[in-house]
Amino acid sequence: MALGIFHNLLQLVFIISVAPLVEGVTSRLKENLQSKRGPSIFQPYRDLWKLLRKDEIVSDRSSWIFRATPYVCFAAPIFVALLIPVLTAYPLFFAFMGDMLGGGFILALGGFFATLAAVDTANPYGPMGASRTRMVGFLAEPVFIVVFLTVSFVAGSTIPYIVQQRWVTPLSNFFEPSHVLLLIAFLMLILAEDGRIPVDSPSGLFELAMIDRSKSLEYSGRGAALMRWAGAMKFLVLICIFVNVLVTPWGLAKGTSSLDVLLAAPLVLLKILGFVLVLVYIESSLAKLRLFRITEFLGAALVISIVAMITNLSAI
Amino acid sequence: MMSAQFPILSALDALTGALFLLTAIGILATRQVLASLQLFIAQSLLLTLSAVLLGIALKSPHLFAVAAITICTKTVMIPWILRRTVSAEVYRTREIQRVLNIPSSLLIAAILIIIAHALMSPLVAAVKVPFAQINLPLGLAAMFLGTFTVVARREAVPQLLGLLALENGVFFAGVAIVPSLPVIAELAAAVDVPVVVLVIGLLTRQIRQVVGMTAVGLLASLREE
Repeated sequence: MALGIFHNLLQLVFIISVAPLVEGVTSRLKENLQSKRGPSIFQPYRDLWKLLRKDEIVSDRSSWIFRATPYVCFAAPIFVALLIPVLTAYPLFFAFMGDMLGGGFILALGGFFATLAAVDTANPYGPMGASRTRMVGFLAEPVFIVVFLTVSFVAGSTIPYIVQQRWVTPLSNFFEPSHVLLLIAFLMLILAEDGRIPVDSPSGLFELAMIDRSKSLEYSGRGAALMRWAGAMKFLVLICIFVNVLVTPWGLAKGTSSLDVLLAAPLVLLKILGFVLVLVYIESSLAKLRLFRITEFLGAALVISIVAMITNLSAI
Repeated sequence: MMSAQFPILSALDALTGALFLLTAIGILATRQVLASLQLFIAQSLLLTLSAVLLGIALKSPHLFAVAAITICTKTVMIPWILRRTVSAEVYRTREIQRVLNIPSSLLIAAILIIIAHALMSPLVAAVKVPFAQINLPLGLAAMFLGTFTVVARREAVPQLLGLLALENGVFFAGVAIVPSLPVIAELAAAVDVPVVVLVIGLLTRQIRQVVGMTAVGLLASLREE
């Protein structure tokens, strides 16, 4: 049991420490694809370190929500990381504390507090970004529900550790149409949830066009560092769910010794790199959608997930 | 579930079918005329792939002939005719006006797919051939989507592509039920369809020369002059 808790904590450390690296690699690769050299892949660590040492300025008109939000946002992905397979193929100590829907709720809690904090400061851009995020959020919600209901229906469980075994045993399950369609729908969902290019531009600096990023404009110093780190961790958690549960459950640790778990880390990083390559390709080849076209994007994701559900129910 | 006889082939066929349906949704929902033409080519390739898979599984040379004819007419000839007869400006335009906006047409598409599966479920339960169980509902759904494309679009070329997508759906369902399709029937269809495309293409060209646009949905009433 103690070993199980230790491995669970190891997953947390992995998520917390690797998240800025994933962000750095993503932005570097994106610049490389545009024939630029790009910043070092360790630049996010430097930024975080710089922000953590700086003074924090908080408006005296803001309430406790504004002060508590960075911590809530930072804690939410950590709790989700306890529930999902990050490094191991077998359930760990805390894995049965909550299922995939529970993980979704915890991530939504962070998003809810970020929205409240954005409204709290009365900065004109904050509430605008907050309402837009809510719009994307409620359009993404049906897709999320259909995807997870189908996944749990197929696997007969909502615990991610059990779900991941279903798609690869036997291997022909991997090519099931419902599986492939779910992958496409979930990929579109990740792009929308994390504010990636067809929905929102992550590197854009123009406040009027921002969706996700304008919520944390008011933060400085430690708050800004935590918000940014939290964003990177949420992204990594979503990638882990996508890569480890839905696409490629290979390479995770099967043995129970700590060495096995540690050896799984580079393999998982390799898979994440593969995902980042796909993401960079998508982000570089598409243009940002207009705000009211996001409905079409997520509507397409909804139809794809419904087709996945139907093909599954009719037992193809 | 998956048949025990050809597990990999039927899994691949199911995947092909799912992507086939996705392209049908794409033809319904894309704005760009050129993009929907490319999606139609992709759809025809997937139809070919399904015919080849079925040909391997059922050891039927007719299906290979179907695949060859499909690839000649639908991925080479029809796009070529369409590009030649309809002027390039049409392909550059985006379709602004539709009968229904894209989110609601997507929702209707989802309902149509559900209806297609519901309609086909007794038939699927009756046939024992695994490939027919896959191809029948997906083919019917693609037919419905093609029909709906004709209804929901106002530009001439996307409407034609909806018609062709409908035809693809018919073939997708057809290759699974009749593995020994007489080649003569397939040849007849292969000649017919390009002729239809040619006629509609020339007609579109004529409409464009007279009216200055190809939004045939707007040409519903007579002009007094």
